[in-house]
Amino acid sequence: MMNQNKLYPWYFAGGAALLFFLLCFVPGMLGIAFSFTDWNNFSSEIHFVGLSNYKAVFLENSEYLKYISNTLIFTVVTTIMKTVVGMALALLLTQNFIRFKNFHRMVIFSPQVMSYLVAGLVFRSMLHPTTGFLNNFLRSLSLDWLAKNWLTDLHMVFPTVMAVDTWRGMGYIMVVVIAGLLSVSPEYYEAASIDGASFFQKFKSITLPLLKPVLINVTVLNVTYGLRVFDMIYSLTNGGPGNATGVINTAVYKEFSKGNLAMGTTLSSILFLVVLSLLYFIIKSMEHKEVEG
Amino acid sequence: MGKAGKVISCILCNAVAVLTSLIVIIPLVVLFLNSFKTAGEANKMTLSLPKEWMFENYGRVIEQGKLLSSFLNGLLYAVFSVVIVVILVSAAAFVISRNPKGINRFLYYFIISGIALPINNVALMKVLQVLHLVNTQLGIILLYAAINIPLSLFLTYGFIGTIPRELDEAAVIDGCKPGQLFIKVIAPLMKPIVSTLFVLDFMAVWNDFTMPLYYLNNSRKWPMTLAVYNFFGAFEYSWNLVAADIILTLAPVLLVFIIGQRYIVGGVSAGSVKG
Repeated sequence: MMNQNKLYPWYFAGGAALLFFLLCFVPGMLGIAFSFTDWNNFSSEIHFVGLSNYKAVFLENSEYLKYISNTLIFTVVTTIMKTVVGMALALLLTQNFIRFKNFHRMVIFSPQVMSYLVAGLVFRSMLHPTTGFLNNFLRSLSLDWLAKNWLTDLHMVFPTVMAVDTWRGMGYIMVVVIAGLLSVSPEYYEAASIDGASFFQKFKSITLPLLKPVLINVTVLNVTYGLRVFDMIYSLTNGGPGNATGVINTAVYKEFSKGNLAMGTTLSSILFLVVLSLLYFIIKSMEHKEVEG
Repeated sequence: MGKAGKVISCILCNAVAVLTSLIVIIPLVVLFLNSFKTAGEANKMTLSLPKEWMFENYGRVIEQGKLLSSFLNGLLYAVFSVVIVVILVSAAAFVISRNPKGINRFLYYFIISGIALPINNVALMKVLQVLHLVNTQLGIILLYAAINIPLSLFLTYGFIGTIPRELDEAAVIDGCKPGQLFIKVIAPLMKPIVSTLFVLDFMAVWNDFTMPLYYLNNSRKWPMTLAVYNFFGAFEYSWNLVAADIILTLAPVLLVFIIGQRYIVGGVSAGSVKG
């Protein structure tokens, strides 16, 4: 019997652990510690102020609450939209009567390689109210009433931002669900067809249950992405107009640039604690994969 | 459903597929066409072909957007951080996957929690200051390596499990030490997962915008994303130049995507389907 600890020494994992510890874990912990202080760029002294930063976020009728609720709305809505659209596309593009399936799959997946920032900039130009492609196109169809100020109208802007994020992200869900669908044995469907099951019955009783692990995984990914979103919103609207599309991470950057470091780290810590409280479910969903693999 | 109904639904489904593809591709086609138009023509964004193909737009953008230096910066950050990730993560995944008990088990869950947990960018500034890494290229490379370690470890951990243990045993009987076992026996078998890591991490670093925004205040050290963002701010009404700039930023990742498509699609689905 070989000595496992000698043959597989833990320090082989030391480099990865050290780098992660120093640059990801320490900032997280230090950030929570600093959230109880008045840390800022204007004085070199740091005082303990207890919970007053958190009170400023939660107790008053503050702009911070707006950022938190925006973050939650963004997370829930984009997760649902990406999953529904991605799954519908996956079902559509695995049907035999669709022509050029692989071409469609590649096209719809392609925005994945684009950074969120660039996707944001592309749509900032496409959605420009006077020169943008979308409004030009609508006007050329004499649908002027549909041409809106997509990114400056207070009522339009948040749905627009979420739609653009869905545009960028739906291909990923589609590809993952297609991989899941292709791993389902066709015999199940054949047996169901013999029993006279309709498309929707097959979907509900065969496809959905078998896709459950895949769907849990992509939901976890979408939720953690949504809570942390920054690039897409920063490049599309920078949180504006006003603070209509501000989310936690755009607010963190705003406080950081103003030198208001304690508030920045408080907001970041709130996000950290929210995700930490979900971590159990996240790790569980990933363990499922190991069993599958 | 009758035969006619089937034909109609078949046509409808194909129409939906085509429409969705159009919605995805049209913005990119408009952008591509715009990048060859004159400023006046580009101002009215349409799908029409340029009256005159202005290839010099690209030359102007490369010069005025300082794209060459930011291209090289982006390449430097991506290549070095990916090399660091691949080395550290494959060594770590090897011992953790083979002996997932005690401290190894703890280290594994500790590191992969980073897949979900957000980075505290404000406090990270403080840490980088203490380490004298703010506004340095070394700092940004190490930072990119650190943030890409968790997902890479997770993917590699699953892969090592597929390499038979008998290989280790045979190597040990032949007198291999742990280091030799890893370098001579295991590492050569890791090519597929290393390709996946390379493609995924390269795209993640190349596309990142947050880290340079926070930690690089010298425009000579900016990667493509930050350069294109600032170019957009400065030339917001020269849509032709902005379009050319965006196309140039997209080109390298598109190239990596086309070459490594197999690994990307394999990697992302492995991350969610099999593990």
